[in-house]
Amino acid sequence: MPAVSFDHVSRHFGAVKAVDDVILDIAEGEFFAMLGPSGSGKTTCLRLIAGFERPTGGDIRIFGAPVADLPPYKRQVNTVFQDYALFPHLNVRDNVAYGLMIAGRGKRERHAEAEAALEMVRLGGYGSRKPSELSGGQRQRVALARALVNKPRVLLLDEPLGALDLKLREQMQEELKTLQRQLGITFVFVTHDQGEALSMADRVAVFNDGKIIQVGSPEDIYFRPEVPFVADFVGSSNVLPEALVARLTGETCPAAIRPERLRLAPEGPLKARVTGLSFLGLSTRVSFDAEGTRLTALLPQDVARPREGDEVALTWAPEDLHLMRASERAGQQVGQRVGA
Amino acid sequence: MADTHPSAQAGPSEGLLTRVSDTLWRRPTLLLLILLTPPALWLGIIYLGSLFALLLQSFFSIDHFTGLINHEITLATYAELFTPANFDIIRRTVGMATIVTLASAVIAFPIAYYAARYAKGAWRAIFYLGIMMPLWSSYLVKVYAWKLILAKEGILTWIFEWLHLTWLLDAYLALPVIGGNSLSVSPTGTFLVFVYVWLPYMVLPIQAALERVPGSMLEASGDLGATPAQTFRHVLLPLALPGVIAGSIFTFSLTLGDYIIPQIIGTSRLFIGQAVYQHQGIAGNIPLAAAFAVVPIVIMGVYLWIAKRMGAFDAL
Repeated sequence: MPAVSFDHVSRHFGAVKAVDDVILDIAEGEFFAMLGPSGSGKTTCLRLIAGFERPTGGDIRIFGAPVADLPPYKRQVNTVFQDYALFPHLNVRDNVAYGLMIAGRGKRERHAEAEAALEMVRLGGYGSRKPSELSGGQRQRVALARALVNKPRVLLLDEPLGALDLKLREQMQEELKTLQRQLGITFVFVTHDQGEALSMADRVAVFNDGKIIQVGSPEDIYFRPEVPFVADFVGSSNVLPEALVARLTGETCPAAIRPERLRLAPEGPLKARVTGLSFLGLSTRVSFDAEGTRLTALLPQDVARPREGDEVALTWAPEDLHLMRASERAGQQVGQRVGA
Repeated sequence: MADTHPSAQAGPSEGLLTRVSDTLWRRPTLLLLILLTPPALWLGIIYLGSLFALLLQSFFSIDHFTGLINHEITLATYAELFTPANFDIIRRTVGMATIVTLASAVIAFPIAYYAARYAKGAWRAIFYLGIMMPLWSSYLVKVYAWKLILAKEGILTWIFEWLHLTWLLDAYLALPVIGGNSLSVSPTGTFLVFVYVWLPYMVLPIQAALERVPGSMLEASGDLGATPAQTFRHVLLPLALPGVIAGSIFTFSLTLGDYIIPQIIGTSRLFIGQAVYQHQGIAGNIPLAAAFAVVPIVIMGVYLWIAKRMGAFDAL
């Protein structure tokens, strides 16, 4: 039985289709990421699971039970909010123990459990502080402990790492992943950061315009995008338009090629002009104008770099050109083939 | 400005104003002094000075035979506050201020909640107007309007007649303490008008406090299993409490000091404000009037101290 299932779920705000006819199953114990640009409907999906929004159409089930008429406080899911939403008038311990207090547990018991939860997120001994006295990363952990202490069956995370700096974010990614493996709880995680989604999730759903465009493992999403949007948004891949692909291969569909797979060669199938160079440390990013299409290549530092304005030829290994045959259905619901 | 580097300057064409600005920028203390001195003098002399003069008066006493003020420091005037007649005035006023404050808070909270959380755009503007507009018209006009509403032949009586509920009104007016010959001469009438007149002072601070509570905090409470009632009790109320306390400072102290409303609407029994008015005017008993005036100050001080002790300002 899936932990969460969406059956043709929509949430329309007037004419705005925030979530439009989404079909989705999230398996129990899965680390599931909802990835998409802002306004793509991923957060609304999360809020639908939590119960902060009600669907205008379709059916949501949590562990098989329909939740349409279930208010948030009766759902066995907990949320880590983007702004953490810690209660400023309570100290850290009482924040974490809040759910247990509401559940009617005794003071001694709930404080002990709160302390244990704080230990789990490596904040033991911080119980008496006020949230305002903590750093962003620490607040994030308190929010996590506050949700997990209730032993939810599904944990929802709304851009939980968005407010943290890069180093802390990478560290928290590791920790979240470890925590999820240990606890075995289903994590549903909303992010607009493709790197975050790919590195943490077991499966990723890519959202655009209120619809799920593609669902799959990070490898699928990254190496085998089905539509140009996924190739562009997730992998920052180069998308070759249909006409160009037709000339190069004879196939009539767009194709994607990863920037690190493009090579400069004396002779090659595609002529391009260098329009820009930027030094990234490990590699150099080179932008090209190839017959009107903007392409990017990542060149290792040991390769001779071209100069801006140079006319060059581009080449690649045939298997690196990923044909997106599914894109005739682009924009259509691809969820029918989505399963846990 | 001989010490400044010429190349960094705009040149001799600078006006006086620019040079004054430059000087003040270099000497922020001077700027602060210039900005703060007039209001500090105003606050110090006009406000606190007169309050201190008042306090001093309350330690004098009046010679009841000659009517002259005896300028010896004594607590005799304060002792007079505790005579049954005077203490009754204090008790009545504080009781009225308390229930007016409680009722204002109960009525204002949902209004403020709606305004802070749901009212958008034009509705918000209309709402603000609705709250503020009664404050723009004369307070006396409003009080007299209420007299017409509450009087024996007034609008409210008509409405009760029309609903065939006159018996209910009569039964209510027959109640001891809160009743009277008509609503306009009953303590209930005084209460209604106080609540009406002071309500905006309660709504606005509560609304300001509620606007600072992010929606996610209420969602988080629900997410953690709290019913809306529990969320109100454990999250919303504690976070709004500084606003409620701020509002209650207005409603409480305004009721404690007012002498017009109880004079126009209500019984002939005095409130503190009326007592002050009478003692300093007709009776010429300035020390007792001053002592009466100190009562609200002391009560507010005690009230705020208790509020602070109970953690009302923890969320600030």
